[in-house]
Amino acid sequence: MAKDIKSASEEKEAKKKEMILFLSNSEEKEHFLSKNNRKLLSDPLNDNNPITVQVLGICSALAITVQLEPAIVMAIAVMVVVAFSNVIVSLMRNLIPNRIRIIVQLVIVASLVILVDQVLKAYAYDVSKQLSVFVGLIITNCIVMGRLEAFALGNGVYKSFLDGIGNGAGYGVILIIVAFFRELLGSGKLMGFEILGHKAATAAESTGLYAIGYENNGLMLLSPMALIVVGIIIWVQRANNRKLIEQH
Amino acid sequence: MEYVNLFVRSIFIENMIFAYFLGMCSYLAVSKTVKTAVGLGAAVVFVLTITVPINFLLDQYLLKPGALAWLDPEYASVDLSFLSFIMFIAVIASMVQLVEMIVEKFAPALYGALGIFLPLIAVNCAILGGSLFMQQKDFSAVSEAITYGLGSGVGWFLAILAIAAIREKITYSNVPAPLKGLGITFIITGLMALGFMSFMGIKL
Repeated sequence: MAKDIKSASEEKEAKKKEMILFLSNSEEKEHFLSKNNRKLLSDPLNDNNPITVQVLGICSALAITVQLEPAIVMAIAVMVVVAFSNVIVSLMRNLIPNRIRIIVQLVIVASLVILVDQVLKAYAYDVSKQLSVFVGLIITNCIVMGRLEAFALGNGVYKSFLDGIGNGAGYGVILIIVAFFRELLGSGKLMGFEILGHKAATAAESTGLYAIGYENNGLMLLSPMALIVVGIIIWVQRANNRKLIEQH
Repeated sequence: MEYVNLFVRSIFIENMIFAYFLGMCSYLAVSKTVKTAVGLGAAVVFVLTITVPINFLLDQYLLKPGALAWLDPEYASVDLSFLSFIMFIAVIASMVQLVEMIVEKFAPALYGALGIFLPLIAVNCAILGGSLFMQQKDFSAVSEAITYGLGSGVGWFLAILAIAAIREKITYSNVPAPLKGLGITFIITGLMALGFMSFMGIKL
């Protein structure tokens, strides 16, 4: 009897250890923000940026960069979805049959996006109206699927979480830079504030830059300029970071 | 006439790539040669034409506020629209799988041509985008949804064909080194989008 109890408790202990091992995988001995983990966070911001280097997630990125506010909301939404879908898939990575993994991943991502969509509708209705279908399109955002396939399926939970946050941030940075220039040059505002002065019907009534005859560049508000601005960002980044230049 | 108008609108004015940037990932990744671009383009046209009407029917009879009234009048107050994302993506993923099997069985030549592109399409933003725009546009009949799906697909096909042809030629020109590859493709797409804006306001 006593032996039975002992073996039962031993079994429990072993299971616990297995569970810990399963959850933490290889990073068990690593410090919380060790060099490797910091690299996971900082790499996507420049050397391995999801938009300008990995060419992922451009689909929904450009249409919502006319103003800064929706771009910031979108960046946060994508970061949340990437981080948490990475965590969930990483937890389930040994349970998902390989053949149907795409559908399983899509369902996980879709459920998270529904959550994000409902939260936005409840707390930021105007922005949610502005983003319209592009919230739903986070599901097929290649960043999410790309990171799930390339990272979460083969790495531990904490690392996957960091990778998700890093890639979400790398995406957000580009989004915010594009939106900054488009809103500033296109409508002379940032976050809705008129920082270049107020434009009235005539130059005499206007203030700030508009008083000396400055005009907004309406072209920046149109969709083609988003592509060209991203093209210029890629140019600047690669000119500074020569190892990213493509050979052909 | 209304259908022609919708068709032309969805190809040129509301072009998936130049107006909404949908499906950009595969557009940039698979446009290095014309041959692969044609394969992917054909697959997109195919899948969009099938999934948009199916999702239209789903939306009409299942998801819309009050859509369940055909079952029983007491369900008229049910609103399942929050489920639309997951329903649409499930339909798309399973349709792609189904189309792949059917094409493999009955048209092996076409299957060989489309090859690896069919499974890729499940995660192409243009496909889900087509269904979500269809939901926003409030079409009144299935035939309109079919026209819209076909038109958006053809628009996407045109765009990837054009950029692939340009990229094949541009390998011979002297592009500044940091702009090579991705950068110049973005700028060319921007210029093409400017060109497509000249279609704005056309009404047949």
